[in-house]
Amino acid sequence: MGMTMTQKILAAHAGLETVKAGQLIEAKLDIVHGNDVTTPVAVKEFNKIGVKEVFDKKKVTIVPDHFTPNKDIKSAEHCKIVREFANEKGVENYFEVGQMGIEHCLLPEAGLVVPGDVVIGADSHTCTYGALGAFSTGVGSTDMAVGMARGVAWFKVPSALKFVLKNKPAKWVSGKDIILHIIGMIGVDGALYKSMEFVGDGLKYLSMDDRFTIANMAIEAGGKNGIFPVDEKTIEYVKEHSDKEYTVFEADDDAEYDGVYEIDLSSLRPTVAFPHLPENTKTIDEVGDVDIDQVVIGSCTNGRMDDLRIAAEILKGKKVNPKLRVIILPGTQNIYLQCIDEGIAKIFVESGCVFSTPTCGPCLGGHMGILAKGERALSTTNRNFIGRMGHPESEVYLCSPAVAAASAITGRITSPENI
Amino acid sequence: MKANGTVFKYGDNIDTDVIIPARYLNSSDPKELAKHCMEDAIHSTVNFVDNVKDGDIMVAEKNFGCGSSREHAPIAIKASGISCVIAKTFARIFYRNAINIGLPILECEEAADDIDMGDNVEVDFDTGVITNITKNKTYQAEPFPPFMQDMMAAGGLIEQTKVKLGLK
Repeated sequence: MGMTMTQKILAAHAGLETVKAGQLIEAKLDIVHGNDVTTPVAVKEFNKIGVKEVFDKKKVTIVPDHFTPNKDIKSAEHCKIVREFANEKGVENYFEVGQMGIEHCLLPEAGLVVPGDVVIGADSHTCTYGALGAFSTGVGSTDMAVGMARGVAWFKVPSALKFVLKNKPAKWVSGKDIILHIIGMIGVDGALYKSMEFVGDGLKYLSMDDRFTIANMAIEAGGKNGIFPVDEKTIEYVKEHSDKEYTVFEADDDAEYDGVYEIDLSSLRPTVAFPHLPENTKTIDEVGDVDIDQVVIGSCTNGRMDDLRIAAEILKGKKVNPKLRVIILPGTQNIYLQCIDEGIAKIFVESGCVFSTPTCGPCLGGHMGILAKGERALSTTNRNFIGRMGHPESEVYLCSPAVAAASAITGRITSPENI
Repeated sequence: MKANGTVFKYGDNIDTDVIIPARYLNSSDPKELAKHCMEDAIHSTVNFVDNVKDGDIMVAEKNFGCGSSREHAPIAIKASGISCVIAKTFARIFYRNAINIGLPILECEEAADDIDMGDNVEVDFDTGVITNITKNKTYQAEPFPPFMQDMMAAGGLIEQTKVKLGLK
């Protein structure tokens, strides 16, 4: 019996000819990653083990991005623990404020993840790097600690769901709409413990930024990882960003899947997830009148150049509705600079948006845009759970950057087609 | 080994933001986290923090612990005194975090359907038998594979790693 793409990568890293779904293995790690929320706990656990050094100074990455620039004294203390650990252990890929970006925008941009890698990260959206044809999954702090000590992690080999993406999506349909559509279709536990493999002729219409967005939200369907085959666009991206050697893995023709879904991208519409689960999706045509108080554009899901360019295209020469706060956060310092070079920063500021330094901030209700009781946000982020962006009685609606930008002008959830 | 306690019952898709809201993640102190455990479970009829006692048991329906990878979630539950979490299914990162830190969890659909808030329940970890003393019923949970039993017997992933590295 053949193996899925994920199974092939895991087998190669476990030193095995073949693996099958359900098998428990120990696999070698190419990157072990953490942020300012999860790394302090990992440092505490690492110190309990009793090893002096991390397994490989180049293969540990730490990005303080959640509550940074430090939002309060406790967060500052956490960042201090992380900074001191990185310095003491000689962690080469520690990114201080000023270099840091949102972790899952930054690591691919910095060329740290390439096709065929096995990556664990103490952040659930570590699954983002599946866009590059890597096996990449979120874990907790204890796994990060052991990963840093030994360079290995235990895995239960996942079975897989195959998503065959066909045809060309319409102008205002992006990677975000595709993944929201899929989550709406299979539910927030539809891919529980499984890989989500995205294939099909529709991939040629999806930019790397679209693919990062899709892989990023595999976790919102319960998936262990999301993964894309390596094609010309992947190779072009990797050559531009990385000197690391990479390996291309392909699923076997006779690989087994628990389910196969065919999706006609040309039939999809801009899609919005209503509170309080990402599976509560409606197309833009079914939304009705939903007034909003705040718009957020950014995050590890939608803080990349494609996202900010399309938002700027819509906001150019327009003004934000005066009853709204619109907060736009670029994913990395390079994206920030690119926005300045292309005149996008000017468009945002002139239209009345906040345009600020990279941070996860409002996405998880950390800082930089917390909601009061009864307030409603429309956001390009990834979760709309109860209390996610602030008060437990506030609401978050999830959408693409295009829908967010269009709605920023009108003050209610709006299709970009109507601007 | 057995656990016995009063049940706190929850529904589907209890996410990690409900278990421990991100506004408290500027601390990693288990006692501090426990003070805010289940704070945003605003639809629950019973306040968790005010009523939980050592040994109590948490029961939920499907996809318990979905969302973020924050280990603060199982840490907060464990530090609250909860001896075991039973659910129909667990989100995968929560599942691995719970095993790694030694918080006992069991998957059992029948128990999750049948057990109500406030029931007195006993769990036998060796056999996977769950006894609902209030309702005088028993349920059989899926036993852990030997790999995970070994890890839990060692006291979690860190202790097991020490043994593997000859540091214990």
